Parts: sequence; structure tokens; C-alpha cells
Amino acid sequence: MQRRALEIANLNVYFGEGEETFQAVNDVSFSVEKGGSYGLVGESGSGKSTVLRAISGLIDDWDGQISVDGTPLQTKRDKAFYRKIQMVFQDPYASLHPRHTVDRILSEPLKLHGIKDIENRVLTVLDDVGLGKSFRFRYPHQLSGGQRQRVAVARSLMLEPDILLLDEPTSALDVSVQAEILNLLSDLRKERNLTYLMVTHDLAVVAHMCDEIAVMSHGKVVEVMSVEQMRNSEPKEAYTRELLMASKGYDPEFFAAEDA
Amino acid sequence: MIEKETLLSVEDLWVRFPTRNGVVEAVRGISFAVGRERVGIVGESGSGKSMTGRSILRLIRPPGEMTAKEITFKGENLLDYSEKQMRSVRGHKISMVMQDPKFSLNPVMKVGKQISEAYRLHSGASRGQAKRKAIEMLEAVQIRDAERVYNSYPHEVSGGMGQRIMIAMMLIPDPDLLIADEPTSALDVTVQMRVLAIMDKLVKDRGMGLIFISHDLHLVSSFCDRVIIMYGGKIVETCKASELHNAKHPYTRGLLAALPQIDEPKKSLAVLDRDQAWRDQESVVAYD
Repeated sequence: MQRRALEIANLNVYFGEGEETFQAVNDVSFSVEKGGSYGLVGESGSGKSTVLRAISGLIDDWDGQISVDGTPLQTKRDKAFYRKIQMVFQDPYASLHPRHTVDRILSEPLKLHGIKDIENRVLTVLDDVGLGKSFRFRYPHQLSGGQRQRVAVARSLMLEPDILLLDEPTSALDVSVQAEILNLLSDLRKERNLTYLMVTHDLAVVAHMCDEIAVMSHGKVVEVMSVEQMRNSEPKEAYTRELLMASKGYDPEFFAAEDA
Repeated sequence: MIEKETLLSVEDLWVRFPTRNGVVEAVRGISFAVGRERVGIVGESGSGKSMTGRSILRLIRPPGEMTAKEITFKGENLLDYSEKQMRSVRGHKISMVMQDPKFSLNPVMKVGKQISEAYRLHSGASRGQAKRKAIEMLEAVQIRDAERVYNSYPHEVSGGMGQRIMIAMMLIPDPDLLIADEPTSALDVTVQMRVLAIMDKLVKDRGMGLIFISHDLHLVSSFCDRVIIMYGGKIVETCKASELHNAKHPYTRGLLAALPQIDEPKKSLAVLDRDQAWRDQESVVAYD
């Protein structure tokens, strides 16, 4: 049996304190196999991004268990953790420092981890994400949305992680650019044997990228299924069926039954 | 399909923005017409689709500049109208719904007041009448508990609700033509479908014309009667929405191929190869 790259068990995430406490994630469990690609699907407010943020250490207030390669994580993460897991954010217009050059954006993780050989690594990664060295000294405003997202992917690869957390990596992009980025991500996964955990609201994107998906709603996982099952339209939960139908385009019959 | 009657006809529309590096042409000589039907305008960012929508209401802000041979709405050329006359067209005869309710609603004014204000401005109705009408309209866009929403501030309602409020506000003066610029892009898919169903019903019941601006080919082909595809400020192709999958232009075909499909797994997605010739070829006329 393959080892699990990522295992989440009974994860709860809270926002606020005392009476104001809001539980954004409620008893979520799932696991991602090494080299696998797992999709978390749901609508806004379903808690899918919160799960990613809890894993990456951007949120402290969680309980339950998160294990990477069989080792349970503490609330405080060490440097080694960040060499293992990196994250790509949704909006490449917000996730890159507007006053840093591509070179500085990409070298920062290396400097933080005391890695030498910066120049070589930056150039290699730029090549790997299909940008090339001519982009090295540009600022984000000189790049298109797709090029920015390539830089964001490049930054996540600087420390040569095993696992990438992808938070709606293409939802801010045009379809033709989305295709480029999705292809890039698929190629990188193959070449570097990466494990992906991808959050998205777009079922077609998950179907293309992932092997297995978990559907979330109101902080809970309502259904776990393989992409095959989804493709054959076999979801058990009404909510998943609704999502699936909605993603196939507008159908005037859709709400006829509901309104009656 | 609804019978043919031209509501709006646009001929040779240009939108230009002077910049430090010369003039940027956002829309380059397009002509199209809209009847009492649902027309989708599809394109990627920068294709000029939103500018086209705004031009119809003459809402291009200076230094941007818009020119056209004519923009005829119900037999009258809007280009001949004074700014004052235009104000009686905007919202009254032609309404526009923008992408994000967060930016289109006044954050410090109660929802109900904003809706009834829109109505009173155009109809001269009394406060009481306007309130009744506003609540009626909120119910028409399927907001339960309309009274409570009437007395809420925009931050107290969800995104889907906000967009429905926008639609209610735009429809209350009973316009002949609604321009919807990505009206559902900020919404979750299931909410999106509900909002579309409401718009669909209103178009059918009132015989309204609808210009639906979107980047989503799937959605447009399933929702509209006719599709106009824009690229680089020009119309590259137009067809019946049901025929979109048979599109001929390489740009449209490229876009369709780039979409991931749930039921057709592919190893890798087709990447669009942009051809300079697409920018240079003449704009297709989309009268019907």
C-alpha cells in the first residue's frame, strides 16, 4: 500500500472567541496518497479554503489531527515543514509583492532557508514554469495574469516541496490561460512526483486535475467520491447532484420541480 | 424564440482611450442588433465586451471616447440625445446590472430605500407606492421575507441576495432592454442558476431584450438565444447559441477546446494559439 502524504482526521477550525466563536470546519477527515491529486469542492463559505489554511499554518485555532508523511503536526510549524508543503493562492494580483521583482520574489524562500545557489535555482525554476530568464527582473505589473500565476507556482517550487496546496489557482484567469496553467500543473506533478491538494468551486477543473474529491458544505464533508463516480453522475447527495447539474450550464427545468 | 423586432441597433461602434503610449482601441468598429431576445456577448478580459455594454448607455468616462455611426434604440438615435435626455433613458428604458453587488449598492443606505429611490426617480410615485412596488419586486426576484430585506443594509445580505436586489432595482422601472455585465460571475454556481432563472422568467414574461455579457461560454450557450463572440475589440463570430459547439472561427473553437469537460477526460487541455490575423480581419456584422 502506498503511504499517505497527507492525512486529516477530525479537523475542526474556529474563528473568533467566546460566544462569538464560529466553527468554520466541522469534523473533516480525508487523506491524500503520495503522488495523488485530491480535490476539495464546495461553494463560498463551505470551509474548503479554511482547511488549506489550517494545513499550511495560516490559521492557528484548530484541533484534530493533521499528519504529513505519517508525522502529526503541531500548531507551530518548523522550517522543515515549509520545505515539504507550499501553497499557491487564488489571486495572482494579490499574492505577489507589487514592488518586488520576480527575482526577489523567487529568491526570498531560499534566503529564509539559508540555501545558496540562488541564481541557478531561480533560472531553473523560471524555465520549468515556462517563463524563461527574460522575466527575471520584471515587476508583477509588467506581467499578464497567467504569467503572474506562473511566478506564484514558481515560488511554491523554490524549496522543492513534495506537496502543493492549490487554492483556486485558476479562478481569476481567462479560460485559455486557465488551460495553460492547468497543463503546467499537470506536467509539474508528473515531472516532480508532486502531491496536490486542490481547492476549487469548478467541478470541470477538479474532474480534469484530480483523482478523488471531497464535496464540502457548511464546514462539513458531505460526500467523498472518485472522479470516475462523479463523471458517471453517481453522486449520492442531493447537494452534489445540484452542483453537478449547475456546472453543466443553465437548464430552465432545473428549478421547475423545486418551485412547484 | 421570440419574434423578431429590433430594439437596439448599433452601427460601427468605436471606443478609444488615449494613453501615454498612444491611443488604445478597446472596441473597433462593431455593428450588432438586439431584439426582444437574449443575446450573449462572450470574450476574454480585454476583448471589449464590457465597454460595448457601457457604450450603449454612453457611460464611457473621459478621457475615454466613444464614436458610432448610430446607436438606435426603438427608432431613436441615442447619439443625438442630450445628457439630460440620456438620464431619462438610463435605468428607465435601458437598465444595467454590473458584476459585483458589493460595488454597485450604496453601503450606507438601506436596500429598500435604494430600490424605491430608483422607482420614484422615474415614475414620480409617492413614497408609499414606491415601497409597495419595491417589496413586490423583491418578491418577484424570489427573496423571502422581503420586508426584512427592505430594511437591511447591503452588508447584511449575502452575495446572491445582493445580486437579486440589483436585478430588482434595475427591473422596477420596467425597462425594454437589460444589459447584464457578468451578473452572476461573483456568485456560487447554484445561486447563479437561481438568478439566471429569475432573469429568464422576466425576459419571457415582459418581452424584455437582454444583453448578457460573460466570459463563460458554457453558460452563455445554455442561457442565451444568440451569441456574439468578441476578440481584440471586434466581433469575430456570431451564431445561434445552440450552434455554438459548431463554431467555425479558430478563436471560438480554441476557447471551446480549452475548457475542461466533466464527461470527456483529456490528458492535457488544448492551448489557444493566438493569430495576429484575428485582430486584423474585419469585424463580423451581427444584426441577426
